Amino acid sequence: MYTTELKDKNQKSVTPVAAPEDPERLAAFEARVAADDFIEPKDWMPDAYRKTLVRQISQHAHSEIVGMLPEGNWITRAPSLRRKAVLLAKVQDEGGHGLYLYSAAETLGTSREEMIEALHSGRAKYSTIFNYPTLTWADIGAIGWLVDGAAIMNQVPLQRTSYGPYARAMVRVCKEESFHQRQGYEIMMALAAGTGAQKRMAQDALNRWWWPSIMMFGPPDENSPNTAQSIRWRIKRETNDELRQKFIDVTVPQAEAIGLTIPDEALKWNAERGSYDYGAIDWDEFYAVVRGEGATAKERMQARVKAWEDGKWVRDAAAAHAAKRQVREAAE
Amino acid sequence: MSARFDHAIRLGDDALILGQRLSEWCGHAPMLEVDLSLANIGLDLLGQATHFLGVAGEAEGKGRDADKLAFHRDVLDFRNCLLVEQPNGDFAQTIARQFLFSNWQELLLTEVAAAPDTALSDIARKSVKEVIYHCRFANEWVVRLGDGTEESRKRMIEGLDWMWRFVDELFDAKDGAASLRPEWDKRIATVLSEAGLEAPKPRRGTMGGRKGHHSEHLGHLLSEMQFLQRAYPDARW
Amino acid sequence: MNKVWPLWEVFIRAKNGLSHRHAGSVHAADAKMALEAARDTYTRRMEGVSLWIVPSAAIVASDPGDAAELFEPAADKVYRHPTFYVIPDNVKNI
Repeated sequence: MYTTELKDKNQKSVTPVAAPEDPERLAAFEARVAADDFIEPKDWMPDAYRKTLVRQISQHAHSEIVGMLPEGNWITRAPSLRRKAVLLAKVQDEGGHGLYLYSAAETLGTSREEMIEALHSGRAKYSTIFNYPTLTWADIGAIGWLVDGAAIMNQVPLQRTSYGPYARAMVRVCKEESFHQRQGYEIMMALAAGTGAQKRMAQDALNRWWWPSIMMFGPPDENSPNTAQSIRWRIKRETNDELRQKFIDVTVPQAEAIGLTIPDEALKWNAERGSYDYGAIDWDEFYAVVRGEGATAKERMQARVKAWEDGKWVRDAAAAHAAKRQVREAAE
Repeated sequence: MSARFDHAIRLGDDALILGQRLSEWCGHAPMLEVDLSLANIGLDLLGQATHFLGVAGEAEGKGRDADKLAFHRDVLDFRNCLLVEQPNGDFAQTIARQFLFSNWQELLLTEVAAAPDTALSDIARKSVKEVIYHCRFANEWVVRLGDGTEESRKRMIEGLDWMWRFVDELFDAKDGAASLRPEWDKRIATVLSEAGLEAPKPRRGTMGGRKGHHSEHLGHLLSEMQFLQRAYPDARW
Repeated sequence: MNKVWPLWEVFIRAKNGLSHRHAGSVHAADAKMALEAARDTYTRRMEGVSLWIVPSAAIVASDPGDAAELFEPAADKVYRHPTFYVIPDNVKNI
């Protein structure tokens, strides 16, 4: 799922430190990346590159794991056997994506335990979108359609990101992701073509999820100081605003096709630009959610911390058993 | 009610209710890898439920499909065993339930797979492969928890103790499954022995699920599961 | 987590005739769990017929710093490639 370079407005960004590092190695590294070559684990890399990647990949992983919760909320209440199975498979996929990404991050020298500790302590961020509540079944449709849609827009270019394990994880993720978006849109289609109550449910979900979804692409380009460096290092392939515009342009017709209205009065096709003009985004809301003040931020963290702490005795038991086995087998 | 309906509705309800219980773990398991494993088992069971309930609906001949059966019956008409509707509890309780059930289900489905009723045997044949994996998963965890730490051993004993009263129902002579008991006993004993655990002490079996007399848990489970279809009876999803 | 549940690398053979390819990693307490975790994580879409799991600590990798001495000398030895040899067109099957 999607992650952005999430920082509080006042937090310092990661600036490149070329001075203490060998200028020759740095030049060679930059040349490789510019030539579309891949950097693999244990290759020399600038410290800033490693740090940025650990943060971006692990936050992407955390987003997938936390992302299991808003949708997981509706598995037991899914309104048909097929919807239940598809949703369970989708949420399971999200867990799997988290796994691929944790796996990629570990090749950079961090560990699963360290990353989880960072998430639970609040030091590591996850995508703001998952701090919004799922109030009705229609929210599940909206999430698949809009949130996965936004994630796909971000993830497809990352298949050629410079760090090999991250790129390969993204290839796997992208293969699985398109079913996620289709699943969501299909739910919205069924609701929009359904009873009056269902139509109302669908429109209400769109009203609540639209703006948070376009905020997923991160702050406007002028407020994203690391964009140039991230693009040069191929950690990012397009800017926040470019992706946001693309997303809006493809999604508006999808809403129109099922008779739903995007909740933006300023939304208007601009023939000159060949794109939709859209209204002002409430960036105060975005930064508040990044700070941890999102509607369900406490519930999300509580759930993750509880699962981890409640599960400690299980992890300890499995480790203890494995150790006992080893001792017994060595004695034989 | 035909014999095929009776048979199919039990197989379907067992799978449906246990699938529902396992899906409650999604996002809350002790380790991400375990989350995926539990979801896989849940998905297998939901698939089985859809197939078996579909056969039941056809056998009944009143136009009810699998969804109608799943979302529009009340507790008195559910035919699952009491074991599968038990709450998840902690991980040991969940493993205890899976351990006792899957080992039984594998033996049962192997028989159904060889039976002359092709509508059911085809589904059973495919399902047995899945259930063999469920047994493997559950058996290994019983051993890890039974022979892990003091705490895990205590919880594993408690989990088995909770579930044990629901074992006799699985082998109720009236259901024709009594012949599976000796083989099941052997399997269970083998795993418990490897885990360094004793079988819970014998006790009076609690029965009733097969005739619609369930535990207090099923009503709550169905309220949650059926809410949308019940609240919006004219809607399609 | 590395101390409690070690890391294992996962290799999958997509179908017979192909080699095992690296797919990623899983954390597991023992080999059986690792195999099941690998199967549940990496083969949900019928991606394979065979799995290898290897404790990550057991893998010996070449050092990228040694790439020059390990791999570049091979670049000079073009006589190992069939295209180095010129055979007249009228001579077949060689």
